[in-house]
This record gives sequence, structure tokens and C-alpha cells, in this order.
Amino acid sequence: MGEIVAARRVSKVFKTGKGAVEALRDIDLTIDPGEFVSLIGPSGCGKSTLLRLVGDLLTPTAGELVVNGKTPAQSRLDHDYGIAFQKATLLDWRTAIENVELPLELMNVGRDQRRARATEMLEMVELGEFVNANPWQLSGGMQQRVAIARALALRPPLLLMDEPFGALDEMTRESMQQELLRIWRETDTTIIFVTHSIPEAVFLSTRVVVMASRPGRIVDSMPVDLSHPRGVDTREDERFYTTLTEVREALRGR
Amino acid sequence: MLRVVSFIGILLLLVAIWEGYKLLGAALGGQWPGTEIEMKPRPDNQNMPHVWDMVAALFQPARRGGDSLISALLVASAYTLRSAVLGFVIGGLLGFGLGVAFVRSEMAERAFLPYVVASQTIPIIALAPIVVVWGGRLGLPSWMGVALISTYLTFFPVAINTLRGLRSPEWTATEMFRSYAARPTETLWKLQVPAALPYIFTALKVSATASIVGAIVGELPSGFGEGLGRALLQFNQAFTSDPSKLYAAVLVASVAGIFFVALVTLAEWLVIPAGRRVEN
Ligand SMILES: Nc1ncnc2c1ncn2[C@@H]1O[C@H](COP(=O)(O)OP(=O)(O)OP(=O)(O)O)[C@@H](O)[C@H]1O
Ligand SMILES: [Mg+2]
Repeated sequence: MGEIVAARRVSKVFKTGKGAVEALRDIDLTIDPGEFVSLIGPSGCGKSTLLRLVGDLLTPTAGELVVNGKTPAQSRLDHDYGIAFQKATLLDWRTAIENVELPLELMNVGRDQRRARATEMLEMVELGEFVNANPWQLSGGMQQRVAIARALALRPPLLLMDEPFGALDEMTRESMQQELLRIWRETDTTIIFVTHSIPEAVFLSTRVVVMASRPGRIVDSMPVDLSHPRGVDTREDERFYTTLTEVREALRGR
Repeated sequence: MLRVVSFIGILLLLVAIWEGYKLLGAALGGQWPGTEIEMKPRPDNQNMPHVWDMVAALFQPARRGGDSLISALLVASAYTLRSAVLGFVIGGLLGFGLGVAFVRSEMAERAFLPYVVASQTIPIIALAPIVVVWGGRLGLPSWMGVALISTYLTFFPVAINTLRGLRSPEWTATEMFRSYAARPTETLWKLQVPAALPYIFTALKVSATASIVGAIVGELPSGFGEGLGRALLQFNQAFTSDPSKLYAAVLVASVAGIFFVALVTLAEWLVIPAGRRVEN
């Protein structure tokens, strides 16, 4: 106990018309509460698949997976995690605040409490002035922030993020990273974060998990020794660069 | 606004073409110049009455000493609209229900969808008298029998579009609802139905016209009742003596159709906010 995610020899094979695809083989991974873990690896190495297994959006073919001390299915039913993926996927018939209220609605939280919580979440992502905006009136970065507010609305112990900033420009991306770190420090959420960007992984994480493909597997797990709070200075820190290099080498297979 | 302007513009254009053709006919003496070929349709007042004569006919008594034609036609329109609207509402609900059933159960879809599709290959002209006669045998008032024709014409497009609309949410949205452990009914009402509304309204607008045409066609064979169907039949018989009456009746029938479609469009505007509407 104690770990929020514990995977033991987890494998996932997709059966398709053209045969079987071994997406993940023998994944061993434990994540402690409060960690910020990035998954990084070449395209198709199974990062999204691993995240979906944890979220019970897929089931493992073999192995044992425990999330928050329960089966992934039970954790999902208990609303133990929030998801934020590359597409914001806001419902365009709902305003920003109504989108954030959705998970609360599905949990049967009362109307007033819902409003209050959703307002608080939107203020946290600095969209306090846009509570009543329609999704199509928001920029891509703002939509993504609404999606993050929605994922956090239930104060889940675990946040699953799959390239949430992938579609954003560099400037927006950096400020969103900053904001995410602040939120992570303010709440006691554990975050699993999939990214293709080495600097992003290093800047955000307490640990970077490096994966390789064919079959998808974990090749390295490297702690990031950078102090918090992190900011502009962090990106100029010498240790930031040495960690970048280490991760890059791990990705190349050294 | 632009739509209103362009609608009026097209209307004026049609009037101009009609009257222009008549003028041309008068100038040429009803024959294409240099040939013996007659202009068809003949541009005389018998075959193509002036637009203003049609409008004027509306305000003359339909029968000697009776009400004006327009008030008779409006009463007939109301009679027909009652059937059409009833049939439309039943058809809409039935179509929606079928769409939901099909999306919830693949078995239901496989079992019944082919019959739903096949039902639409029966020509309405053939079906109308049967339905109306059977309705009468069951003791339904004739206007309810006619409503069944409108139901028949409405349920199909609504069912098909509802099904498409309910399947339209992106995969990521479905996955999100799953991640929040939403029950199937919650996913239906909070995701699928709102996503389907634009699709459903597209079908409803088509069906609104179809259900009026269907109701008129349903009234035709027996020539019963006080609807537009009988009025059209009557004026058709009197066409040689008084053609503008038939044209006037056709005009009113299409205005009734437009009125109905406008009502549905208004409902669409109220239900779907501007930014989401598909302009068509
Ligand atoms: N539903 C599915 N059916 C069949 N194969 C799948 C399915 N989902 C993923 N795969 C396969 O599993 C492998 C891993 O896919 P996954 O999406 O997890 O990769 P990824 O690491 O997230 O890649 P990317 O960085 O491009 O997003 C790929 O070979 C992919 O083709
Ligand atoms: Mg992926």
C-alpha cells in the first residue's frame, strides 16, 4: 500500500484484423502520492495505452494493476482520477463553467456547491472572467485550461494527462506549464503526464519515465533533482541541462 | 436577415419571369418568331393568369354570396395543418424513439432498421387511401387518418438523423464520459442528445414540408373533409372557367408549408445557440 499506481508485469496486446499488436510488455511501475511523473518515448511506444490502462479506459491483457489501492475499474467508479488529453473536448452547448460542472453533475453534487466549486476551479486556471463564455469564443489555450479545470473539479487524487499542451504555441505552452506546476503544488494531486518534449518533461516532473517501442516497455526511470518552486530560473539551471542530456541519451538507448 | 432578403428577392424574380414570359407571348403573338411552333405553356390569361389576378381572386367570394376565397382557404389550411402537425409530432417522437433504440441496441438496429428503410419505398399515393380507409374502419375521424400519412413521412428522416446525431460525438468525448463513470442514460441525455439536436432539426425541417404535402395528398383520394386537398380538387375541376382560383389555392398551400417550416426553424433557434447552428 501507499502507492497510488502499482503496475506489475502489465502487458497489453491489441487484436486487430491484421493480427496482434504488442503495445506494452511487462510494465513495472510504481508511483507514490504527490509525484509528478512524465512518460516520454518515441511515437507508438504505448504511452497513451499505459495511461488508458491506469484510467480503466482499456484493460490489461496480462499482469496486475492497482490504482489508489483498488482495481482500475473501482477507481474509475469512485471518480479517483481526472483526465485531460490533447483535445480539450469541451461540450459546445455548455458554457465554460457548465463544462467544469459536468463531472460534479455526474457525481450528483448539489447545484450551489457545483457553481461554487466550478467558479473556484476556473479562477485557479485564471479564467475567472470567462465563466459564461461559450467554448467557441475561447482560444485553444483557454479551452485547454477549461479542460484542466474540469479534470480537477472533483479534486481527484490522480490526474492523467496525455499531451495536454501538444497543440499549443511555445509561449502559451510555457505559461501553461508554469500554471500546472502551481496547481500541482496547491492541490495534492499526483500527475501522470505524457509528452513528446524533453524540456517539458524535465521542467515539470519529479521523475521522468523513459519508454521504448516494439514492444512498448520502460527502459529508464530518472528522478529530476530540481528544487521547487520552479520558474524561469529553473530553465537556466545547469542541472536542468544535465538532466535534459541524460533523458535524451536514455531515449537514444545510450 | 440575409435569408429573408434573398427569399423576397427570389420571389420577385419568379414573378418577373412569369410576367415577362406573358409579355413576350403578347409581343410575339404566342408563336416563336420565324416558326409555326406555339409557345408552351401558352402565355394567355387562361393558362397563365396574371399574378395580380391570382392575388385578386383571393379577395373575391369563393362562391356567390359566400366568404372571400382567402378566408375559405385559411379555414382549409387550418384543417389540414391540424392533421399535419399532429402527424408530425407523433412521427417526430416515434423517429426519435427509434433512433435512441437503435443506438442503444445494435440488435434492435439490425432487426428493425431494414424494415424502417423498406417502409419508405411504398409510394405515398398508394398508401394514402389505404391508411385513410382503414383509419375510418377503426372509427378514427378522417383528419386523424390523414395525420398518419404525415407520421409516416416524418418518422423516417427523424429516425435516421437521430441515429446519426447520437453517433456524432467524438470518441474523446465518449471516453471522457466513461472516465467520469457516467451511466448510459446520463451519456445519452448529457452528450448524445445535445450533440444530435442539429441533426434532428435538419430532419424536422424537411419533414415539416413533407407532412403538409402528405396531409394534402392524404385528403385527395376521397376528397373528403374541409382541408386544402378538397379545395385543390374543386378548383382543379373549375380550372377552365376560373384558373386564378387554383393558382391562388396553390399559393396558400405553399404559404402554409412555409409557415410550418418557419415555426420549426424558430424552435431550432430557441433550442440551439447561434454559435452552434449549422447555417443552411
Ligand atoms: N485501439 C487500438 N487498436 C489497435 N492498436 C492500437 C490501439 N491503440 C493503440 N494501438 C497500437 O498500440 C501501440 C501504442 O499506441 P499508443 O497510442 O499507446 O502510442 P503512444 O506512445 O501514445 O504514441 P504517440 O506518441 O504517437 O501518441 C501502437 O502501435 C498503436 O498502433
Ligand atoms: Mg499517444
